[in-house]
Amino acid sequence: MSKLEDLLSKKILILDGAMGTMLQDYKFKETDFRGNRFQDWPVPLQGNNDLLSITQPQAIAEIHRKYFLAGADIVETNTFSATSVAMADYQMQELVYELNYESARIAKEVAVAVTAEDPQKPRFVAGAIGPTNKTASMSPNVNDPGYRAVTFDDLYKAYKEQARALIDGGVDVLLVETVFDTLNAKAALFAIDELKEELAVEIPVMISGTITDASGRTLSGQTAEAFLISVSHIPLLSVGFNCALGAKQLTPHLEVLSQKTSYGVSAYPNAGLPNAFGEYEQSPEEMANQTREYLERGLVNILGGCCGTTPAHIKAIAEVASEYPSRSLKKNLQSEIL
Amino acid sequence: MGEKRALKLSGLEPLVITPESNFINVGERTNVAGSKKFLRLINEEEFEEALNIAREQVEGGAQIIDVNMDDGLIDGKAAMVKFLNLIASEPDISRVPVMIDSSKWEILEAGLQVVQGKCVVNSVSLKEGEEEFLKQARKIRRYGAAVIIMAFDEVGQADNYERRIEIAKRSYDLLTQKVNFPPEDIIFDLNIFPVGTGMEEHRKNAIHYIEATRWVKENLPHVSLSGGVSNVSFSFRGNNPVREAMHSVFLYHAIQAGMNMGIVNPALLEVYDNIPKDLLEHVEDVILDRRDDATERLLTFAEQVVATKKENKQDLSWRENPLQERITHALVKGIDSYITEDIEEARRQVDKPIEVIEGPLMIGMNVVGDLFGSGKMFLPQVVKSARVMKKAVAYLLPFIDEEKASAPHAPSGGRGAKGKVLLATVKGDVHDIGKNIVGVVLGCNNYEIVDLGVMVPPEKIIETAKTENVDIIGLSGLITPSLDEMVHLAAEMERQDFHIPLLIGGATTSKAHTAVKIDPQYKQAVVHVNDASRAVTIVGDLLKESSRKKYMDDLKAEYDKFRQNFHKRSKVKEYLSIEETRKNKFRIDWKNSEITKPKNLGVQVIEDLELEKLERYIDWSPFFRSWELHGRFPEILKDEVVGEQASSLFADAQALLKRIFKENLLKAKAVYGLFPANAVNDDDVEIVTPQKGRKLHTFRTLRQQLKKYEGKPNFALADFVAPKDSGIQDYMGCFCVTAGFGTDELAKKFEAEHDDYNSIMIKALADRLAEAFAEYLHEKVRKEDWGYAADERLSNEELIKESYKGIRPAPGYPACPDHLEKQTIWKVLDVDKRIGVILTESLAMWPAASVSGYYFGNPEARYFGVGKICRDQVDDFATRKGIATEEAEKWLSPTITDELPKN
Repeated sequence: MSKLEDLLSKKILILDGAMGTMLQDYKFKETDFRGNRFQDWPVPLQGNNDLLSITQPQAIAEIHRKYFLAGADIVETNTFSATSVAMADYQMQELVYELNYESARIAKEVAVAVTAEDPQKPRFVAGAIGPTNKTASMSPNVNDPGYRAVTFDDLYKAYKEQARALIDGGVDVLLVETVFDTLNAKAALFAIDELKEELAVEIPVMISGTITDASGRTLSGQTAEAFLISVSHIPLLSVGFNCALGAKQLTPHLEVLSQKTSYGVSAYPNAGLPNAFGEYEQSPEEMANQTREYLERGLVNILGGCCGTTPAHIKAIAEVASEYPSRSLKKNLQSEIL
Repeated sequence: MGEKRALKLSGLEPLVITPESNFINVGERTNVAGSKKFLRLINEEEFEEALNIAREQVEGGAQIIDVNMDDGLIDGKAAMVKFLNLIASEPDISRVPVMIDSSKWEILEAGLQVVQGKCVVNSVSLKEGEEEFLKQARKIRRYGAAVIIMAFDEVGQADNYERRIEIAKRSYDLLTQKVNFPPEDIIFDLNIFPVGTGMEEHRKNAIHYIEATRWVKENLPHVSLSGGVSNVSFSFRGNNPVREAMHSVFLYHAIQAGMNMGIVNPALLEVYDNIPKDLLEHVEDVILDRRDDATERLLTFAEQVVATKKENKQDLSWRENPLQERITHALVKGIDSYITEDIEEARRQVDKPIEVIEGPLMIGMNVVGDLFGSGKMFLPQVVKSARVMKKAVAYLLPFIDEEKASAPHAPSGGRGAKGKVLLATVKGDVHDIGKNIVGVVLGCNNYEIVDLGVMVPPEKIIETAKTENVDIIGLSGLITPSLDEMVHLAAEMERQDFHIPLLIGGATTSKAHTAVKIDPQYKQAVVHVNDASRAVTIVGDLLKESSRKKYMDDLKAEYDKFRQNFHKRSKVKEYLSIEETRKNKFRIDWKNSEITKPKNLGVQVIEDLELEKLERYIDWSPFFRSWELHGRFPEILKDEVVGEQASSLFADAQALLKRIFKENLLKAKAVYGLFPANAVNDDDVEIVTPQKGRKLHTFRTLRQQLKKYEGKPNFALADFVAPKDSGIQDYMGCFCVTAGFGTDELAKKFEAEHDDYNSIMIKALADRLAEAFAEYLHEKVRKEDWGYAADERLSNEELIKESYKGIRPAPGYPACPDHLEKQTIWKVLDVDKRIGVILTESLAMWPAASVSGYYFGNPEARYFGVGKICRDQVDDFATRKGIATEEAEKWLSPTITDELPKN
């Protein structure tokens, strides 16, 4: 059993906050994104944040370090869009292995360094596996509901490539995140499970879905419980929700997961709901206060932040979380609730 | 082991099945093997309507929907993916979990790749051995699905208690120990087989299932148990009260033993406590095998159950109503017992007897027409109304004739008629059920009908249309050569400058053929009428001055658009040259293929089969379709919309059938033969007949030319027979059966009694009996004469699903669309001499209630559709057959595409 799994029942683990929000402070321009190596790349690259792991690695390392120092136990690799499916927009499918490997390597280096500075508190790296920009169970064309822009097989191959590079780069756990279409996530889980067998490695897996709006469903229409049932066939370190909603709006859905699963439960909401300009303005204190409700009710094992959150948010959340014990992990909890 | 583990499934919403859950009902109508309607919709790519079936099921309370696309003529994988994708965009359907149902792993896997929820795979088993089983199970677990395990292993299907538990235990241990499959995600289907069949070895079928279920529940923790319940009562088809009771009793005991989900038609289920005590006792005796004579006793008792059901209360209060209401009631309800007495009363009240027709009877028939038009009455009822009407008119005729002496008058029905319609089944064709129904329905709606009958030459149609000055011509046909006859007639009408509309109908006709081939021949309106109920509105619109022009213009525009789309669509298809397709023929591994030498080679004749023997082979669903009641038998009898009508029609059919049996009204004959055979020149099959020493005959078969997906062969029937150069002696057979002798005489007799209802009924029944005979004979051939399936034991349902080994394709149908080969069958079997069935000039069989075809016995033989063929194959076919290309083209024309092969 990895150390991460041991820790899960002992304390509430803290995940990092947003990467994108932190990168905005660097005000990188097209030339910064390109660096020397991609000067002549045929398409614009500004906005391809995952590429910065190659062209601006020191910035990425710096952000990881800030989050660790703010109190995070786990940071996520800068690989949200690093699949051949999503990288097609930048014509960078060929670079997928390198992007993931480099991102994992940078994050791991920082984790090892910070752990060495403070050996009491081991630091971990989660390999971030995003949803891609295509959906396997919905049609992008309203006039042709049977059409699919991507197949299970495309996704499975893309995810397998990404997961292999992340594992090779040294991540401690894989995080399938921001799941808006459960079928995409199932392709990722299929790929990971197969890869674990092929490589004969035991790497824990986290999964985090996204409840899109007040309907309480994922973008592909599932309720929280249906989502849980659809992804529980592979052993998981945790299942949870992130993004789209603020801490407060996420509470009822976490309650469902907490009641129905024997896996760990994670939550990393946005810093509130966006304002009219699409900005997140919830203060660290306010957000930390809202997560207190999860803790009071023992709903979660892992806590962190998504869009709009900063090291200050993570610090505030980590402080609140330290006051509470972790959610108890009873085997077959689900059957007792039946 | 106190812990409880639930089977958890999901669509958009969760379905958690715990030991405390009520029985889980699986919807089964989105299954091409179980629902002919669904099959048709998928075949025709009517996905929108197919989705409605899924939706109705979910609305009707199905908690899981089973989706099955296993059919020889469908690309099952593509259809499965397409349909599941479409379901995904319908939240009111996809809220429930899906059961992906196929016997093919590649279809199961394709389904697993498009469903986001946790679904059920139906099914896998040890049939192909442990390695395959474990491989599939591992994948299923990785895809995140539950699985149904059939009680089937390398040896065969489990059919007793010991085998069921042996296979279940072995499957369970393999799954949980070798694959780490969660036991709560395992669902066993322990095979529900019929009881009360009269066969000794079936007596314990139910009890074995129930006891095996109990054992599995107690010994294999956390699993679920499922099954298809209606199987248990197959032998009591047609007797719903008994079947309902059997299902309830079976479920009552099976659920207590641990069965927790299954395919049950809620309409065919009686509440256990509501089953009358005496019926309950008889049924339990059979299900639980409590007495030696249980089946006999239930059979006897069952007749009573049907009888008492039918007798119930005749409400005669309507006889108290005023005269007009009584006449209308009699017409709407189709009751002819009192009609003459009411008509006599009406006649006394008017000056001229004709006024009874124009007055009270017409008022009544208008009510019938309105009810029919608004979908509140169904075809069999309307035909019964017509019977009452005809009786009334027949009663009045002598009085009208008397009247005529002084004032000459048009005959009955003619006066004030809305128009005159000529109906005919075209030259060479003998099928007239549909045409007769249209005649009756139009007659009911006050049109005068000139019915020229069957096999009517075009000159006679043209001439009669002129002399009778008809307002519309309606043509009918069932076999493909009739399509050309219709094209010819349309051209002839144009040449002779006709100005009246032409209606096209019959099983082989289609909107496509009408639009593409017939409509361009004739400048006036040409309408494809797909069912009799639409005939009334169509004829109405065509004959009304105010609507005629617009209706015709719209129609012409519609067909024109259809034609353009049709041509556009057909462009997409890619064909291979006949040489190329031969390279991609279906290859059987002849070295290892099992070939059985028939026990009885040569030709056999059945002179006069006892008709009762055919009863259990009848497939009733097409019978209801011929009356335009759509649905699957026996569920149709309980259908919310047409159930009542279907039951009444079925009772009438049963009554007539009993008469046929008792009075030997029809004669069933067959001739069939099995011969040494080998495939030659890729597409031909050469057989050796014992006639006059040894004689060679050759059957020509056609090969699919549409370009296939990688790995899919281009089939021809010849692929199922070992080629001569393999040096292996193979066999094939052919047959002709008929149940049609006597049909015409009976129909005429009924017509003379003004009973169109029974006249149509007898033909529909004769058709069913002929099909049943083909089924019966095929079984006999498999088990006895050829003998390659001596141990076969299939229920009628399984026969209908074509679960047997080997096939019996018929010339004129998809696997061999060419009718010409019937001539070879006739030569080989001497059909006309031996049993008197003859071929018309269009190669239709006479009597109409006849079936002919081939027998192929190879286990890998399957039904397929040849689809369209290109000219190169037509030329090749003509050369092989030694006929002129034009001759071949004439016969094959509906099958020929103008596309050129691309290679």
